Amino acid sequence: MSNLWKKISDGFTSSPVYKAIFRHGYDDTPRTRALTTFSNVLYHLHPVKTRRESIKIRYTWCMGGTSLLLFAILTVTGVLLMFYYVPDARRAYNDIKDIMTVVSFGPTFRNVHRLAAHGMVFTVWVHMTRVFLTGAYKPPREFNWIVGVLLLALTLLLSWTGYLLPWDQLALWAITVGTKMAAATPLFGVEGPFGAQLGMRPDNDVKFMLLGGTEVGQNALLRFYVLHCVVLPLLVVVFLAVHFWRVRKDGFSGPL
Amino acid sequence: MPEKSFEVFPRSPKKTYGLMELVKGTSSSVEKEPEDTIFSWPHLFYIEFLVVLGVTALLLFLSLYVQAPLEEEASRDTTPNPMKAPWYFLGLQELLVFFDPWIAGVGIPVLIIIGLMLIPFLDINSKGKGYYTFSERKFAISSYSFGMALWFVFIVIGVWFRGLDWNWYWPWENGHMHKPVVAGLGDLPVMLSRVLGISAFAGNAIADLLMLAYFAIGLIIPAYLFKDFLKKLGLFRYIATMSLFLMMVGIPIKVALRLVFSIKYAIITPWFKI
Repeated sequence: MSNLWKKISDGFTSSPVYKAIFRHGYDDTPRTRALTTFSNVLYHLHPVKTRRESIKIRYTWCMGGTSLLLFAILTVTGVLLMFYYVPDARRAYNDIKDIMTVVSFGPTFRNVHRLAAHGMVFTVWVHMTRVFLTGAYKPPREFNWIVGVLLLALTLLLSWTGYLLPWDQLALWAITVGTKMAAATPLFGVEGPFGAQLGMRPDNDVKFMLLGGTEVGQNALLRFYVLHCVVLPLLVVVFLAVHFWRVRKDGFSGPL
Repeated sequence: MPEKSFEVFPRSPKKTYGLMELVKGTSSSVEKEPEDTIFSWPHLFYIEFLVVLGVTALLLFLSLYVQAPLEEEASRDTTPNPMKAPWYFLGLQELLVFFDPWIAGVGIPVLIIIGLMLIPFLDINSKGKGYYTFSERKFAISSYSFGMALWFVFIVIGVWFRGLDWNWYWPWENGHMHKPVVAGLGDLPVMLSRVLGISAFAGNAIADLLMLAYFAIGLIIPAYLFKDFLKKLGLFRYIATMSLFLMMVGIPIKVALRLVFSIKYAIITPWFKI
């Protein structure tokens, strides 16, 4: 039986198709283990060999990786939701109702999307705390910590811009509360210190720019939709690339 | 007798690579035993694979039981009471009780972000890198934990203890009954001028001086008590660290002033109030 299995797996791993995809055989050697990591676009984010200590779950709690996983899940479920959702104030709410009632697996994808979003806010926080507690922001990784803080801010903004999209009471008033604060920005908001003195009005200050109007309406919905689905995810991907690249390139002078 | 030579890395016909030369240099692996490391494939990837499976399964399972909320359609005609921001911003919304919107909604978040970014440059303690320790970096870990705790305490209050008109409601209280309006918040400058029997201008000046004194004392006393700390950090880093620290501690102090002495503003200027 094991002989048969070996024959099948050998035939599979020595086939031209397998070789074309993976470029190397699957014999049990250190060479294969090294090639598996660095000849694969996803795996090569990792070093070929990792320090025994840094793999331990009680060291990292897997929180950075889980944040990335949740971001991937959010992208997939988000794209699926985009097929059924139009950011038009007249129909957005009904589109969500459709997703929750008549779209196949609609509730699953919306629920997963929401849970993963809350989860990502939480895991990014825990990841930051872990990095702080292990002093992993210390030289030579100062810059990567800064990138991480930006990613935390982007995560919060992503979650917040998505909050408006269902266009229900919860969404409208939560965003109303939030954007009220924008009007209080010093210098750039009409109600903020020195705002009025600098010529800020309700129709030209930073809140107006964010909402595309003086209150949360169609323009705000479209702006939040574009920020949520295009602008912020692209920024996150760019900063993630820097984050992962630097964590490998910067090295670490600790015991890891 | 000729010196005996031997191969460090024996040649093998299976290898397509070989050791060409040994050069001196530094790398992150200098002075490390080779036993420190293990192959990422499979030792690291199988952990990641299990986490991916676990998290995905957990999400799918939870999605069966935790329904995403959907209230009535957005309408300007009915304003919910209270209006609540998403949970991760409720800490900031809770601070609106104690600070003007430009501080709670803009100033404090911006300071948090800047302060977090400055951490690697302010904390120059080279110990505690790559392992958990408290004893080697007491100040850093206590300050971070204090800030984190503050952030989450305010979130918990905002999520579970705030009801109608943003009043405090215990979980066992009737959340549909309005609470009587409590009057009697005062401003510190006005209180000072009344209690001390001095002019409004003098009351303002004393309040401003008290605020200045808070930062001055907060900067000077630790400098005397922990001379090593100041020496290691240098003056500029010390001032930046302590200013951020004092502002963070200032938040619960302001909360206490409000709760204990019914003080709304500690200082009043024609342009802004704190």
